[in-house]
Amino acid sequence: MPTLCRDCRHWQPGPPGTAACPACRGRRLLHHPELDRLTIAHIDCDAFYAAVEKRERPDLFDRPLIIGGGTRGVVTTACYIARLSGVRSAMPMFKALKACPDATVIAPNFPRYVAAAREMRALMRALTPLVQPLSIDEAVLDLDGTQALHGAPPASVLAGFALAVEARMGITVSIGLAANRLMAKLAAERDKPRGMCAIGSEAPALLATEPVGLLPGVGPALAARLARLGITVLGQLQRLDDRDAVSLLGPEGPGLVARSRGQDDRPVRPDRDARSISAETTFDGDIAELAVLEKNLWRMAEKLARRLQEAERAAAGVVLKLKSADFTQRTRHVRLAAPTRLPDRLFAAAATLLAREIDGTRFRLIGIGAQPLAPADQADRGDLVDTDAPRQRATQSAIDRLRARFGADVIGRGRGQ
Amino acid sequence: MKLKADRATLLKALAHIQSVAEKLNTIPILANVLIAVRDGQLSLTATDMEIAVVESLAAASTRNGATTAPAATLYEIVRKLPDGAEVELDHAGGDAQLTLRAGRYATSLVALPVEDFPAMTSGALPHRFRIAANELRGLIDRTKFAISTEETRYYLNGIYLHAADGDTGRVLRSVATDGHRLARVEVALPAGAEGMPGVIVPRKTVNEVRKLLEEASGEIEIALADTRIQFTIGSVTLTSKLIDGTFPEYERVIPAGNDKVLRVGKKDFADAVARVSAISSERSKPVKLSLARDLLVISASSPEQGNATEELDADHVKYDFGPLEIGFQARYLNDITDQIDGEVEFRFSDGAAPTVVRDAGDASALYVLMPMRV
Repeated sequence: MPTLCRDCRHWQPGPPGTAACPACRGRRLLHHPELDRLTIAHIDCDAFYAAVEKRERPDLFDRPLIIGGGTRGVVTTACYIARLSGVRSAMPMFKALKACPDATVIAPNFPRYVAAAREMRALMRALTPLVQPLSIDEAVLDLDGTQALHGAPPASVLAGFALAVEARMGITVSIGLAANRLMAKLAAERDKPRGMCAIGSEAPALLATEPVGLLPGVGPALAARLARLGITVLGQLQRLDDRDAVSLLGPEGPGLVARSRGQDDRPVRPDRDARSISAETTFDGDIAELAVLEKNLWRMAEKLARRLQEAERAAAGVVLKLKSADFTQRTRHVRLAAPTRLPDRLFAAAATLLAREIDGTRFRLIGIGAQPLAPADQADRGDLVDTDAPRQRATQSAIDRLRARFGADVIGRGRGQ
Repeated sequence: MKLKADRATLLKALAHIQSVAEKLNTIPILANVLIAVRDGQLSLTATDMEIAVVESLAAASTRNGATTAPAATLYEIVRKLPDGAEVELDHAGGDAQLTLRAGRYATSLVALPVEDFPAMTSGALPHRFRIAANELRGLIDRTKFAISTEETRYYLNGIYLHAADGDTGRVLRSVATDGHRLARVEVALPAGAEGMPGVIVPRKTVNEVRKLLEEASGEIEIALADTRIQFTIGSVTLTSKLIDGTFPEYERVIPAGNDKVLRVGKKDFADAVARVSAISSERSKPVKLSLARDLLVISASSPEQGNATEELDADHVKYDFGPLEIGFQARYLNDITDQIDGEVEFRFSDGAAPTVVRDAGDASALYVLMPMRV
């Protein structure tokens, strides 16, 4: 059972004899029977926005810090010191300040976070070309085959990465190391902040007692459906064979069962291969009416617009995804005349596609995606006919600024209500 | 139904109409041509539900009746018959097949019932006027390259035909734009066109009409209502639905104050753009125009292939203003200069604003081009 010291990267082939590293006396030892063989890493920055701000303001280093709107707004991110007082993301600001009255509140500065994220990604790409950013502060890396290059197993390389990021950027990260993307993500969540956790072949046993909602993709709607079948923990899903999985859960059953066993064969796709950005939602009940579907589509269009903004991309085409009550999936695509990141335009393109699919079918899921992607600076530049685009772009960025300060619900378009 | 017709006459008629028949057999009968004989007169009809083309011709040895047969097959057969052949079409009615004989050649084709053939809704076409074939060709040729193919702005997928006030009085105007370029061409308003509604003629209709105009001379009759337009070109009548939408107020985007005028010979300019842009591997083939007093430098660069430049000096260009740099897609420049014979006149404002392009010797056409960043 190899053991790694996360402070000095001392590597012992056997289990730790003592609680402290024999080389540096540090106590952050990580040991796992497969530590030298696991290659997929999920890296998540700890309280990213707050960490970036603390880097800019060293005087706040040991003070509770909240990123978010004014007293009427909501918490976007709270640093771990503020979290000790019970402050959480999305909490109304007045409540947060009641829980932690001496916290400093700073309005978000997205360009600064985007720049920091870019710097972080450059450090990741020095480890492996297979880096897939998942959001501004999260990425998954495939380090398979890099041992010869780095002269160390991935676990040691990652520990070095965490130390380098701390030293150079003043940001701490939590790392999950596993054999696949799903378990790497779950591992990263197990030891936060400044953590590192490895999960190998013990994954099924580890998951067996966890609630079904732990799995990404199992939202409240699916969890409620599983509960009606008497399934509340993943161990119950693990016991289903493929036939039972299909008969109880439909065509997506076997995939869900595989995930409950900690299996996941999604590859890590590097950034330039990320072909689409999307948002989707599963309904509590199946929906056939255009107006209700449109209302959900609008929410997803707004979400997609936000994700495009975070990823600094624009949509050159729009994909509509529908899943009917019998799990049949429909995807429809339209190329846009000009790239956009405006929710109205994303919605309008998808709504045209949606209108053609209304035939009485009851749908359980609706999604909207941007595909192919275009650089953000090409978006909404307007043309001879479309003289509104620059104005709409300005309106949208005003809305985005308000939401950054006061929370997503402070302002909505008529259609979203 | 029975008729005899000369192979050349029949071939020409089938050529006119077979391109309208649907090639994708989503509705099988739309791939067919309706063949009807009445009192020595043969009429051939094809439709895709948006456009209907009817051609009338004289036929001999006729027996009244009608049937439908696959347009593409019939056209191919007639095309391959020997020149000068007499073609006999014979249909006994009911479920019988259509027999085609020419000399020792005979074939029978599956016929679909006439009752299934969709009829275009007929109705009054209150606005009627006549226009010379070459004038209509000009209205189409000099605008159709700018028609948009984009689905979301469907109202740009055609030519906007309307009556307007031109510089020299009332005019019939055709306008097309895809947002990146705009083309506006006008002729004196024909008698009878005053009071016509502005209509958007779909791209496919424009292309079909243009094909029919290829060999037409004399006058074309145009009749229209708010939702339909009809062109009568010789023995062919083409009726089309119109695009149900509002064409943008295009006059607003035609810059009036562009005062920096460049004049350059069309051939000099077009050849230079073609040579310079050949280096670019990008689809849009951007070229940069750099202007100084009586000097135009056209340049392009490609990250993979390097640079290309060509200078046109005072012998070729007239430009009497300060330095200016502006970029365009080579294809868009070509589309416009293709419509110009002698000298091209550019009117610039600055490197980021829409530019006006005209034929220096012809005031009837005007083009607007959006610059691109290069």
